[in-house]
Parts: sequence; structure tokens; C-alpha cells
Amino acid sequence: MSSDDVNKGRRRFLVATTSAVGAVGVGFAAVPFIQSWMPSAKAKAVGAPVEVNIGKLKEGQLLKVQWRGQTIGILHRTEEMVKNLPEVDPVLSDPESLKAIQPDYIEGESRALRPDFLVVNMHCTHLGCVPQMIPQVGPQPFDSGWKGGFYCPCHKSKFDLSGRVYKGVPAPTNLTIPPYSFVDDNTLMIGVSPQGAV
Amino acid sequence: MAKSASSLSKIAGNTMNWLDDRLPVTSFWNAVMVGYQAPKNFNFWYYMGSLALLVLVMQVGTGIFLTMWYKPSAAEAFASVEFIMRDVEWGWLIRYMHTTGASFFFILIYLHMFRSFLYGSHQAPRELLWVFGMFIYLALMAEAFLGYILPWGQMSYWGAQVIINLFGAIPEIGEPLTIWIRGDYFISDATLNKFFALHVIAVPLAIFGLVLLHLVALRENGSNNPDGIEIKANKGPDGTPLDGIPFHPYYTVKDIFGVGMFLILFSFILFMWPDAGGLFLEHDNFVPANSLVTPEHIKPVWYFTPFYAILKAVPDKLLGVVMMGTSVVIPFFLPWLDRSPVRSIRYRGMWYKVLLTVFTIAFIRLGMLGMAEGTPAQTWEMRIWTLAYFMFFVLLFFMSPGGKTKPLPDRVKG
Repeated sequence: MSSDDVNKGRRRFLVATTSAVGAVGVGFAAVPFIQSWMPSAKAKAVGAPVEVNIGKLKEGQLLKVQWRGQTIGILHRTEEMVKNLPEVDPVLSDPESLKAIQPDYIEGESRALRPDFLVVNMHCTHLGCVPQMIPQVGPQPFDSGWKGGFYCPCHKSKFDLSGRVYKGVPAPTNLTIPPYSFVDDNTLMIGVSPQGAV
Repeated sequence: MAKSASSLSKIAGNTMNWLDDRLPVTSFWNAVMVGYQAPKNFNFWYYMGSLALLVLVMQVGTGIFLTMWYKPSAAEAFASVEFIMRDVEWGWLIRYMHTTGASFFFILIYLHMFRSFLYGSHQAPRELLWVFGMFIYLALMAEAFLGYILPWGQMSYWGAQVIINLFGAIPEIGEPLTIWIRGDYFISDATLNKFFALHVIAVPLAIFGLVLLHLVALRENGSNNPDGIEIKANKGPDGTPLDGIPFHPYYTVKDIFGVGMFLILFSFILFMWPDAGGLFLEHDNFVPANSLVTPEHIKPVWYFTPFYAILKAVPDKLLGVVMMGTSVVIPFFLPWLDRSPVRSIRYRGMWYKVLLTVFTIAFIRLGMLGMAEGTPAQTWEMRIWTLAYFMFFVLLFFMSPGGKTKPLPDRVKG
């Protein structure tokens, strides 16, 4: 066959259509491989609520438990800690928790069902480190007017004792509050909202 | 005696002929090694490329042997690394070669890149050579990060937590993207196993491919040199550059000398100081991963700290991540940002020497501040150096076309 007989337009059309159909095929074939990176059925199934006994938690003590792979902190706040919460309002970026991720039944400065118990997802809303609790009121290397709260060692984000974020730190929002409820006075259920609440 | 020697060389010659008829061994060697004319004035900075190649081979070699004992599971990983260190015959040596090699890889690559800032090796027609090199650097960062997870220590765990969550700062798709990367809702066994696969096969394959492209692009135009002038512009009657010498044997011998000196230094660190005081192996990583407690002082390994400092300097999540990402990406465009009519710093004016000095100090200071505790004063210093880092590229773009230069020599000077 001599090259004179080549129909160039037809050849270009065939090359283009074959490439296009091939590209679509590659696209579909890629889906299972990309999807295989998502959490497995087993990973999705692990999400059961966690029951915590708080009867022995002394005032000022912080208990950490795991729920869905997240570190949940339960802080037994003293009366003074609760009383002092409004003091830091001027230096917070969202004192009313308007942008915060928290259940609807959580409101106010205490951000808790019972003001004496703060239940909070401990992971910093910046990049997920677990902040340290520094409850002492007084000058700290990172803040001369420290009123007590949580301090993230990774990127210096600061939160008050309700997990509300300070102004001028990299964390964008207040610490998240998970759904939880009280089974009785001494027992918390993390992952289950109070009956009737959403 | 003489007879058997000559018959032996005859057999060798016949074997070579047999091979050459079937595989282009001799012609390939001649084309890329003997026939390749390299500038005669290479200096210290020209050792880094071949040494980086040596370390790459060493990392692959030691890595293969480590996989024979390492267990990529959250339950067993930490203990299996300790097992390699204590119970496997020579396991400590193989692992320390791998960890020391990782840091030396970055030392060599940073010096290799700095060479280009000195002598303008990224300028036309070697832009792609530089871009391939930047992709190798990027792949190397990924490889180092993935490998750092594997011992499943505290720094492995929390380093992964922070780096993966960087992607979470992207609006809309950020959150699902982090879940996709982790393969779980938190850093878990799934993440570790996935990162193991990427670390031992996917990324190394990519690095090998990129290194091949880097070398092919290098041989296409030949190396630049400290004077930054094209040696092909001055050719002798036989058509070879007057300032060129055959790569083999001249530079193979030079590089082998470099290998000797490098291995002395490498061995010293390997045997005497493998953790380099917490720089190469961080102290917190000798503690098993604990998802409930973040180490008090968390920082990446030294080779990431300049970029980490930029992240820390910005008091906003998205902007911090964007700035850090930009700081890694911006050097890709160096060949087009540097519009100077001369390549080498030797023939650029004082303006470039000042710019490059400030840039170098900024990069090193950012690296040091990235590891520091982070007082408010340090945060302000980081912001100043972050500005200096970016301003280098901005000023280079605007100053390089008109910046003062000295007349170029006709021939390389040495």
C-alpha cells in the first residue's frame, strides 16, 4: 500500500476517538484503585459509644479516653474555673461558639451539659495534635496573662478551659464537642446524645 | 605465563564482541562516559550529584534488607524495629546506614541545589534538568516522610498526624482527602500499612524514573561549570570542546575520590553519632506511638524544618499551609525567575551576592527556628526570615535582567 492512499483525516479521527475511548476506560479502571484507599468496612464499623465512669474524677482532674480513634478529654472543672470563664472572653476569637462544631444542646461559656464536667475532643482544630492542659493561672512562657486552659505544643494554639480558641493563633475554631449524655450522675456515654436531643 | 595471559585477554575480547553484537555495551559506555566531554573546571560542588546517586543505591540496598525483618503493622512495627536493632545479626548497622543515609541524602541534595544558585545551572537550556531535579527533591521529601512513619514511635505518629492534616486545610475537599490518605478516620494500622507500600516500592520507582530523566537531560546539553559559559562555543579542529575533558576516566576518578572522602565522613556519623544529637533520629521516636499524648516538643526532622518554620510563622491555618506549600513550589520556577544574562555568581554583580547570602542565611535560620521551642521573639524572627525567603525570588525576578554583571571570559578559568 503506497502512502498516497492514506486518508489523513480518517486516520486522525480514528486516533482521536481511540485515545478518547481509551482515556475513559483508564478513568473507570482507576476508580477501584482510588476507592481502595478509603476506610474499609471494618474501619467504618468501629464507632461504638464509650461509657465512662466519672465518679472518681477529682476536681481539676482531666481524664482522656478514646472514642472513634479520637482522644476525648473529660475535665472536672472547679467552681472557680467555671466562674472565671467569662474573664477571657475579650481575647477569644469565638467566645459564643458560633462557628464551633458542637451539638445543638451545648451552649454558653461552659460548653457543657453540666458546667462542672467539660467533655471535649482534645484534638487541636489546627493540625490535630493533643494540647496540654495548663490549669494554673499565671504567666507562662507563651502567654504572660495566662488564665488557665489548653496549650498546643505543635503550633502554639491556645484554648481556655472550655476549649474556646484564643485570637491570633493558627487554630481556626474552638475545640470540637462530641455528642454525649449522662446515663446517671457518675456515668457518661460518649457518642450518644441525650434522649430527645439532636 | 605470557601466553596464558594473552589467551585470557583474547577470551575476554571475544566475549565483549559477542556481547556487543547483541547489546550495545561498549557503544553506550563510549557515548555517555568516554565520548562525553565535560568542562575541565569542575570543583567541590560537582561531587554532590554522583554522591547522591551512591546514597540512593545505598538506601535501596539497606531498605531491601530492612523489609526482611520489619513488620508493617501498628501492633508490631515498633517492636520489630527494636528487634532489628538488638537481635538481628548486623541489624543495627543496616538500620543506622538507612537512617544516616536519609539525612545525608538531604545534605547532598541541598548542596547540589545550592550549586545551581551559585553557577546558574538552571538557566537555558537546562531548565528541564532543574525541574526534574525539583521533582526528585519533592519525591524524596515524600519518601522521607513516609519512611519516618514506619518505626511507629511518638514522632512518627504525631508527625504523620500534623502533615496529613495539612491537607485538611484545603476548603471543601480537605476533610475527605485526609480520610482518603489515612484510609481511616485517624492514623491507624491502615495508614501505616499503606505508607509502607508507598515507601518501599511506589515512591522509589518514581525516584528512579525521575533520576533517569534527570541524567538523560543532563547528557543532552552537558554540565554547566563554575564559570557558567558554554564550552561548546570553543571547539578544536577535531570538533571537541577545547575546555572539555572526557568524563571517563577524568571525572570517574575524581568522583571515586569524592566517594572515599564521603564514606569517611559518613562512617564517622554512622558509627560514632548515628542520632546526631537528636537531629537524624529524634529522641521522642524512641517512645512507642501513643494516640493520647502529643510529645511536648514536636518538630519534623531537620530537613523539613525550614518549611515547618514558615508554617509556624503564619497565625492562620489555611494561609500557613498555602505559604508553606508555596515555599516548596516556588523554586521549581527558578529558571524563569532568574533572568540574568550571565549564569555564574562570578560574573554577577554585588546585588546577587547579597541576595544569595541573605537567602542562604534565611533558609538556615528558618531551619534552626523550625526546631526551636517557639518563643514569641522566635515567631517574629521566623516571620522576618520567611519574608526574606520569598523576597529572594521576587527580587531575583525584577533585578536579574538589569543587574550589574562583569564581562564573561572566552574560556573557562578554572
